[in-house]
Amino acid sequence: MAKPKLALYWAASCGGCEIAVLDIHEKILDVANAFDIVFWPVAMDFKYDDVRKMENKSIDLCLFNGSIRNSENEEIAHLLRAKSKALVAFGSCALEGGIPGLANLTTKDAILQFVYRDSPSTVKANGGLYPQTHTKMPEGEIEIPEMWETVKALDQVVDVDYYIPGCPPVPNQIWGVIEYILSGKPLPPKGSVIGAGVKTCCDECKRERKEKKLKQFFRPYEIAPKPDECLLDQGIVCMGPATRDGCGALCPTANMPCRGCYGPPPNQLDQGAKMVSALASVIDAQEPEEIEKILDQIADPIGTFYRFSLAHSILRRVEKS
Amino acid sequence: MPFEPKIIGFLCNWCSYTGADLAGVSRIKSAPNVRAIRTMCSGRVDPAFILKAFALGADGVVVMGCHLGDCHYQEGNHKTIRRIPFLKRLIRDFGIDPRRLRLEWVSASEGDQFARIVNEMTEEIRKLGPLKLYIHSEIKQPAADA
Repeated sequence: MAKPKLALYWAASCGGCEIAVLDIHEKILDVANAFDIVFWPVAMDFKYDDVRKMENKSIDLCLFNGSIRNSENEEIAHLLRAKSKALVAFGSCALEGGIPGLANLTTKDAILQFVYRDSPSTVKANGGLYPQTHTKMPEGEIEIPEMWETVKALDQVVDVDYYIPGCPPVPNQIWGVIEYILSGKPLPPKGSVIGAGVKTCCDECKRERKEKKLKQFFRPYEIAPKPDECLLDQGIVCMGPATRDGCGALCPTANMPCRGCYGPPPNQLDQGAKMVSALASVIDAQEPEEIEKILDQIADPIGTFYRFSLAHSILRRVEKS
Repeated sequence: MPFEPKIIGFLCNWCSYTGADLAGVSRIKSAPNVRAIRTMCSGRVDPAFILKAFALGADGVVVMGCHLGDCHYQEGNHKTIRRIPFLKRLIRDFGIDPRRLRLEWVSASEGDQFARIVNEMTEEIRKLGPLKLYIHSEIKQPAADA
C-alpha cells in the first residue's frame, strides 16, 4: 500500500510551528517512514507548481500553520484545500489569527507608514517607498503578493477539518495526533479541536487557588510572585480561566501568567469576553469610582485578552477611525 | 427611510422585565426600539452576548437589573456592576462608542423609569447614528425585522 501523503505549509507565521514539529525529535523519522511528505516549503524543495499538478484530494493530511494576511497566503490556502482530504489549522495563527492577528488593532496604511517611513531604523534614503505589487524590470514585470487590510484565520477563508491549537502546539500533543492517525482508528468528527483538552488551563495548573478578591492588579515585572499560589490570586492577569488546556500549564509553571495561546475553551466564542467575565467576578469593589480605579490597572485589555485570538473573536478587528 | 435604532435589552426576570411589563399595563408610552430579552439575572448576561448583539447588527445594548441589594440571587448584580464598565472600556478600544452600552437598575415597580430609560437611550443612539462594524460585512445578516 502506498504511504499516506503529508503536506505542511506556513502562511503568515513565524516558523515556530515548524520547529515544534521537529521538536518531536527522533520520532520525526517515524513520520518520514510512515508518510510520503509531498510539500513542506520550510524543509524541502517543492514548488507551488508541484502542488498545482497534484490530483484533487490527493494529499491525505495537510498541516497548515499561519494566518491569512496576503494574496499568496489566501491563494495557497485555496490550493491546499482543494488538494487535501483533511486540512488541519495547525497552531494559533491558522486557528485564530495568532500574533499576526494583532495587526487588526490598526490599519494596513498605519503599518506601512511605520515600517517603511517612521520607524527609527528605517533608512530614509529611498524616499520612503512602499513595496509595490507590480514592478517593471528590464527582464519584464515582477509581482509580489498584496498585503490585506485585515488578518484572517484559516477557517474564515476555506473550510477546515480539524484544529490543533497552541503557539506553538506542544510536541507531545503533535506526536499524540500523528500517532492516533497512524493507528488507523476512526477520525474524530469534522470541526474537532484535537491535540488539546476540553477544560481550561487552570485545570492543569498545579498552583493553589483560593477564593479570589482583588483590589490591585500587577504586571508580571512589578512583583515577584509566590511560587505555589495562583497567579491571578496574586493580582497578575493570567489568561488561564479563559484558555483551553492541553499545554500542561507551561507558563504558570515557569512563574509567568498564561498568555492564552490555546484559544478559548470549548463552547466559548470569545476569549476577551470570557476574561472580562472572569476578572469582573473577582474584583473586590462595589462603588463605581473604586471599580474604575481598579480597572485602570489592567493594561491593554484587547492586546492582553485577545493576544492570539483577535482575528477570530466576535468583532474580529478594531474599527478604523 | 429615517434611521431607527435597534437596541437589544437584556432584562432581569425578577425586576426589570416585570418593570417593563408594568410600563405596558400602565399604558406608559415608550419608544418601540428596545427588543427585550428576558434573562434570569443581569449577572447571567455573558459579555459575549453583548459583543454578539453588536456583531449581529444592534446599534445599542442596555442591560437592566435589580437595584443593588435587591438581587434575587443575593449578588448577581454585583457582578454586573463590575462587568459592564469593564466591557464599556473594551468596546471603546474596539472603536465602538461606549454610550451604546448601558447598565440601568429598574425595579418591578418602576414602569415609568423603564419608559424614561428606553426613550432616553433611543434618542441618544439616534444621534449617534447606525453602528457600522467590519464584522457586519463579513457575516451573513439575519433577515431584517418584519
